[in-house]
Amino acid sequence: MTTIWLTLPVVLSLLTAVAVFTCQRRKWLCDLISATSVCATLVVAALLTYEVILNGPQAVAFGQWQAPFGIVFVADFLTVAMVLITAIIGAISVFYAMADIRTKHSYTAYHALMHVLLAGVYGAFLTGDIFNLYVWFEVMLIASFGLMILDANKTQIDGALKYVVLNLISTLFFLLAIGLLYGATGTLNLADLNTKAALIAPESQVLLSGLFLFAFAIKAALFPLFAWLPASYHTLPNVVVALFAALLTKVGVYALMRVFTLVFPLHESGWQSTLMWVAALTMLTGVLGAASQFDIKKILSFHIISQIGYMIMGLAVYTPLAIAGAIFYVVHHILVKANLFLIGGLIERRYGTSHLKQLGGAYKAMPWLAFLFFISAFSLAGFPPLSGFWGKFIVIKASLQTSDYWLAATALLVGLLTIFSMSKIWNEAFWKKPTNDELESKALSRATLYLYSLPIVMLAALSLLIGLVAEPFYQFAEHAAQQLLVPDAYIQAVLGGAP
Amino acid sequence: MEVLWSLVVGVLVAAGIYLLLERHVLRVLFGLILLSSALNLAIFTAGRLTPGLLPLIGADATLPPDGAANPLPQALILTAIVIGFGLLIFALLLFYRAYYQTGSADVDDMKRSEEDE
Repeated sequence: MTTIWLTLPVVLSLLTAVAVFTCQRRKWLCDLISATSVCATLVVAALLTYEVILNGPQAVAFGQWQAPFGIVFVADFLTVAMVLITAIIGAISVFYAMADIRTKHSYTAYHALMHVLLAGVYGAFLTGDIFNLYVWFEVMLIASFGLMILDANKTQIDGALKYVVLNLISTLFFLLAIGLLYGATGTLNLADLNTKAALIAPESQVLLSGLFLFAFAIKAALFPLFAWLPASYHTLPNVVVALFAALLTKVGVYALMRVFTLVFPLHESGWQSTLMWVAALTMLTGVLGAASQFDIKKILSFHIISQIGYMIMGLAVYTPLAIAGAIFYVVHHILVKANLFLIGGLIERRYGTSHLKQLGGAYKAMPWLAFLFFISAFSLAGFPPLSGFWGKFIVIKASLQTSDYWLAATALLVGLLTIFSMSKIWNEAFWKKPTNDELESKALSRATLYLYSLPIVMLAALSLLIGLVAEPFYQFAEHAAQQLLVPDAYIQAVLGGAP
Repeated sequence: MEVLWSLVVGVLVAAGIYLLLERHVLRVLFGLILLSSALNLAIFTAGRLTPGLLPLIGADATLPPDGAANPLPQALILTAIVIGFGLLIFALLLFYRAYYQTGSADVDDMKRSEEDE
């Protein structure tokens, strides 16, 4: 039975994309199909998670071509966590889109492309074949290109240009790395590569893993390859940027985690110390970039980069605790970052701008929104007992255990600077009196306001839940990290045979 | 044979990267096209060049004959060509739109998204 659950997220999303695409101007039908689909996928993802927790990693081979020859879908703890969180973000985005971009000309096309994007993300998380991972990356990429240029203005086209060129380069290098890896090992199956990649000559291993690192570093927006992110994200509609911020870079992080545990274990690949420096510099440059900005979306875009640094730090330290911390951090970050963009989106809709100098008085107008922003922003900065605190705590504790004190110090400093940026948004947008009197807030209809606030409340509640009841989530992350570092169960699920 | 093709790939990649660093967007696109073709060739070369038999399994055999070409790299390249074609066409149209709107094909003039309004 599990074989069906494994493929359903991708299949459902693709079918929905086709169905929605035929809706054209019947927006109500599009809403109906889209909403039903994301709710169904959420149920599927939850059942898949339950199944994997109960019975360990699951795999399915397509068309009776058994691994390592055919393409497989595999779900271990990390995969199901990512699939479940993607399903949550997918559902949130669809509902938020109904409020945010319903008046846009290409409304139904947005929905269709969002489902294609989700299919690509699910596929990338579930696949157990490295070339198939490339294909899902491309599916995701072409959908994100489409979302970027729908109803685009000049600024958006300009941002999309940079996004497109740099991401194309990234996928080309990924493709090259796959080709050379295949030449060196004769297999593309990730589980099979676990044993075969270790047989490659050490110098070639360093080169190959370096190529993978470069390709995924662009995807994950690591220092110094993140230029595409702050150039393009802030030009997008809010629901799109929330979806991108939550998922796209995290697929890069996921790919890094997978390849550098299963194929080239990081401590043997020769890139560990480089990755530590990259993590520290990613954190620092991201947060400093944010400090110099005066636009909500730009500040938040730079913060994505800085937060990615923490996840990479967890991976770079490479102990079970550190990887568990990184996984915990990814999940926490997806929820909180998406929520901050959604809150920013509501403010922008209400006041017609996201520039801090023109904003003000949102606390008086919407005290409940201020409260929700407060939760998300402090969670991002890492205040106890919110989810960000636990993520940072685990990662930093792991780095102290391995005596990487400078890394821990950087992480703490960056946390402090994060508070600076968040309190800037708080002061300017919520607290201060509006500087110009012409700042008028548009009245939104009750239904729209509910559609806006429902996703925001849900995400804030989830983030609070993870923060207050951190223990089961941490244990899950610990299990996932264990499976990554000792991938016997994963390999057995794919290739069969004795453990 | 592999050495020769590796050199060809190297030259093509170098040319592609040189073009990527140019200021005219069309040359950037040409760079991407060149790079993508070069990398397809690299996969082909990495899959070993065997001027041999067709990889067809006889009716009474279970394995292809010795010295048969490896069909998998070709399947990979075919996939990559199709994907690359779609992406490059998209990039071409996007570049044209950017040129149409800014009236300039110089990448230095395309800074709209990084300026403060």
